[in-house]
Amino acid sequence: MKLEDKLFLDRFKPDEHAHISIVSQDVCARCPDKPCTIVCPAEVYHWDGEKTVVSYENCIECGACRLICPYNNIACTMPRGGFGVQYKYG
Amino acid sequence: MEDEKFDAIVVGAGPAGSAAALTMAKAGMNVVVFERGDQPGSKNVMGGVLFREATESAFGQFWNNGAPLERAVIDQRLWLLGKESVVMGGFRTEEFAQPPYNAFTVLRAHLDPWFAKQAEEAGAYVITETQVTDLIFDNAKVVGVRTGREGDLYADVVIMAEGINAFAAAKAGLRRDFTMENAALAVKEIHALPEEVINQRFNVPSGQGVTILLTGEFANNMMGSGFIYTNKDTLSVGFGAIVSHMVETKSRPNDLIEELKAHPAIKPLLEGSEIKEYSAHLIPEVKYEELPRPYGDGYMLVGDTAGFVNFLFQEGCNLAIASGRMAGETAVEAWKKGDYSSATLQAYGDKLKDSFVMKDLYSLRNAPAFFRDHREFFGIYPRMLNAAMQEFLTVDATPKRVKAFEIFHMVRRTRPLWRIGKDMVGALRAFM
Repeated sequence: MKLEDKLFLDRFKPDEHAHISIVSQDVCARCPDKPCTIVCPAEVYHWDGEKTVVSYENCIECGACRLICPYNNIACTMPRGGFGVQYKYG
Repeated sequence: MEDEKFDAIVVGAGPAGSAAALTMAKAGMNVVVFERGDQPGSKNVMGGVLFREATESAFGQFWNNGAPLERAVIDQRLWLLGKESVVMGGFRTEEFAQPPYNAFTVLRAHLDPWFAKQAEEAGAYVITETQVTDLIFDNAKVVGVRTGREGDLYADVVIMAEGINAFAAAKAGLRRDFTMENAALAVKEIHALPEEVINQRFNVPSGQGVTILLTGEFANNMMGSGFIYTNKDTLSVGFGAIVSHMVETKSRPNDLIEELKAHPAIKPLLEGSEIKEYSAHLIPEVKYEELPRPYGDGYMLVGDTAGFVNFLFQEGCNLAIASGRMAGETAVEAWKKGDYSSATLQAYGDKLKDSFVMKDLYSLRNAPAFFRDHREFFGIYPRMLNAAMQEFLTVDATPKRVKAFEIFHMVRRTRPLWRIGKDMVGALRAFM
């Protein structure tokens, strides 16, 4: 099953307030491997050729992105109370 | 609720937080628990096997009191996967099917509300949809928390049960952020199947279940493992590996779980299932020397926040619940003394050291680094074992003695004998 179909199964309460941001797109432009675009299990990060696009509303809140970024260039917190993913099974 | 002062604040309503809150509330303390999810458990993921003894030590006879459990684990299997083959081991006993049981499969979104309810019934307030963003200090002592929607709240002691990411504790400097070398990333799927089908496929009656631990040659030789756990009418299927190995091998977690599910020994177990949920979570795999000090003036760290996971034995929730209970007991002692200084809360550190929590983490202190650096155990050795079994069990005109000789040479060609000897001694040492 494709990842986007799997994410469609999860229940989200989207927050209009983004809980993830890129500190500096210049750093992303110079980053050779862009590991966030590979290892994030929800593929929240996508390089469009010019900048890193962050689909924070798909975030399933594992926290791995902060550890993955070699330049500490991802400012990731958690969605505000009550927002974000709501696991039915866990 | 503004400016209200509590005896204790607990940050996070997972098993560790609820165990701490229940312990304190039962003793008569005025306790409030903050949970950022819309209900306890809605942000929480584990494999998940819940171990009975540690859980009972905080929550009593939970299996008789309505805790939402899936199946009692009676059959634990270990599969070493080759590309198209598998070497199997395991243990099954009727003893684990009888009270008081040994372990249960669980689903955290169902179980955690029950844990929190126990704390609530003992008198704790559990406030959901509320994120703790910061800790409040007074002269280097933690005196309260800043929340997203309830403002500032104060307490004599704050117990941090935020889980591995521990944003508030890390931000306040109570703990360093974990690195990608000392955390594993796991992804998991819930597969629905009729209860009867699960019973037949896994050879168990209703109420009794199986865990299969999967390791071997399927995950780019990363230090990692997969699992299949039987729930009542679902299966939990997942895979996790050290984050730094995922980065190094450029592995997409979703590809890994798809690859695992396509293995010819696993595919028939999942045949016809419907995927219900996809989740991901980090697991601490912290070196013993790098564990944070779990207490200080006015605060204690419990569960994943403190890095309490025994990854070799796939234990976490038992360490979380035991640490939560011990932090709760220490807070009760401090409350009776009226002193919440680091010197008093050191009793929590002493309790941990006297318990299986620190004893196990200490005796396995060399294991994380050893296995991180000896990936042969996740690649070459499972492959070797599968090849040896295949050679030995292929019935043909080759005499058995010649087969044994050929296997010996295959092993020696794959890895020099002295290195195998060294690896095995190292692995044994890592467990001692």
